[in-house]
Amino acid sequence: MKLWLAKQRYLIDFTLASLARRKTRNLGLLLVYTLLVFMLASVTLYTHALRQEAARVLAASPEVIVQRMVAGRHDLIPPGYMEKIGRIRGVQKMEGRLWGYYYDAVTKANYTFMVPAGNPPAAGEIVVGPALERSRGLAKDNGISFRSYSGKLHTFIVADVLPQASELVSADLVLMSEQNFRAFFDYPVGHYTDIALSVANPQEVRNVAVKLGAALPDARPILRDEVLRTYASIYDWREGIVLALLSAAILAFGILAWEKASGLSAEEKREIGILKAIGWETGDVIKMKFWEGLLISLTAFLAGFVAAYVHVFHFAASLFEPVLKGWAVLYPRFQLTPHIDGLQVATLFFFTVVPYAAAVLVPIWKAAITDPDSVMRS
Amino acid sequence: MRPADRAFLLLAAGICAFALCFVDAARLRAVAGADEAERTRLVAQLRLTDLALFTEARYTRHPSQADLHSAFQDHPLALEHFPTGSLIAPPAGLAKVGAGDTAK
Repeated sequence: MKLWLAKQRYLIDFTLASLARRKTRNLGLLLVYTLLVFMLASVTLYTHALRQEAARVLAASPEVIVQRMVAGRHDLIPPGYMEKIGRIRGVQKMEGRLWGYYYDAVTKANYTFMVPAGNPPAAGEIVVGPALERSRGLAKDNGISFRSYSGKLHTFIVADVLPQASELVSADLVLMSEQNFRAFFDYPVGHYTDIALSVANPQEVRNVAVKLGAALPDARPILRDEVLRTYASIYDWREGIVLALLSAAILAFGILAWEKASGLSAEEKREIGILKAIGWETGDVIKMKFWEGLLISLTAFLAGFVAAYVHVFHFAASLFEPVLKGWAVLYPRFQLTPHIDGLQVATLFFFTVVPYAAAVLVPIWKAAITDPDSVMRS
Repeated sequence: MRPADRAFLLLAAGICAFALCFVDAARLRAVAGADEAERTRLVAQLRLTDLALFTEARYTRHPSQADLHSAFQDHPLALEHFPTGSLIAPPAGLAKVGAGDTAK
């Protein structure tokens, strides 16, 4: 074992000396290789963390939301609708939700007006989201007026601002009492925007949705699983778009690495010929080149991954943020919580380190098994 | 120091930094635990269904609640005009339906 280790150290000494002879070329390759790993790792780390964030936060969302559809569009829930749903076996609890959109011409942004289920603000008061507080320069006890869709001006007092920590889900929220909401939107009495259901047995959620469809053909049940899948697919799609844009860079690197790894220069061939002539075995030459491939690819992988981690979780992924996060006037400020997927890291490792380490071996093996004299002369 | 030892030292430092990423991730997760609990509490209390990421249109503010036609609300062949909308994936079944129609 000791002898084997000593031999490997000598081989690595020789490999490093050989790499140093073509310093600029090898350093250039290492830099491009590291950059490629950095870009791929940044995109995968960022989108995985966003997917995880959405999945964890929305795991507490209602099990089923029931909308009513009219001519393919979302419509209000009329009185009597909830009683029909209440007769469906398996429905444990249901609550009508009141929420809607309001376009504010001052900030040129949409707000989500909502009536909270429990502990609503007093009449004439509102609780606002942190992004709205920033964009309108609001503070507790300030007054703010909104012109409703009927043209009337409604003035509210800001009773509170939702916590900064919740901004990812509450950036544009305006919470108000049911009385204020109905007056502001001219909502008919007894009507709701949609219904939030909870099901007694979580295994029965899909069955309840089927029964809902049968009892109320104009109802559209939206399951929590579907909500979670929607968010997973949004970030899958965005990750795909970024990777598609990066594919040109990946291909360019592939060509560079393949050219470097598979085509031996005359100088390298001469070197192999001399090594064989002075008594090196074919196995030694291959081991030397294997170490070369492994040292370059492993260094690039480690440096690229660590740089990507720091970029995504300590510098808020500033390079890819605009494409991956999306855009909005009232964009929430949030810090992503790191979640590193072991399988993703393993996949990245496999597709960046292994091909390069393997690609260097084939031409070396070909050169190493030929006669030293002919290799040196060619 | 021999070049091989220097290379091993460099690789060992790289592996340590790689492992530190996982340690740092666990630390940041622990720090963010209270904020996450706050978000989850608000989602449960207000029965929220979507993240407040894209507020420019109703189907981008609540992508999970929007009907399938909302992105083409102006007329059936209207092109999507919000930057976020163009980056949200079309429904999974739509591509299959389109492919089937072309095959016919």
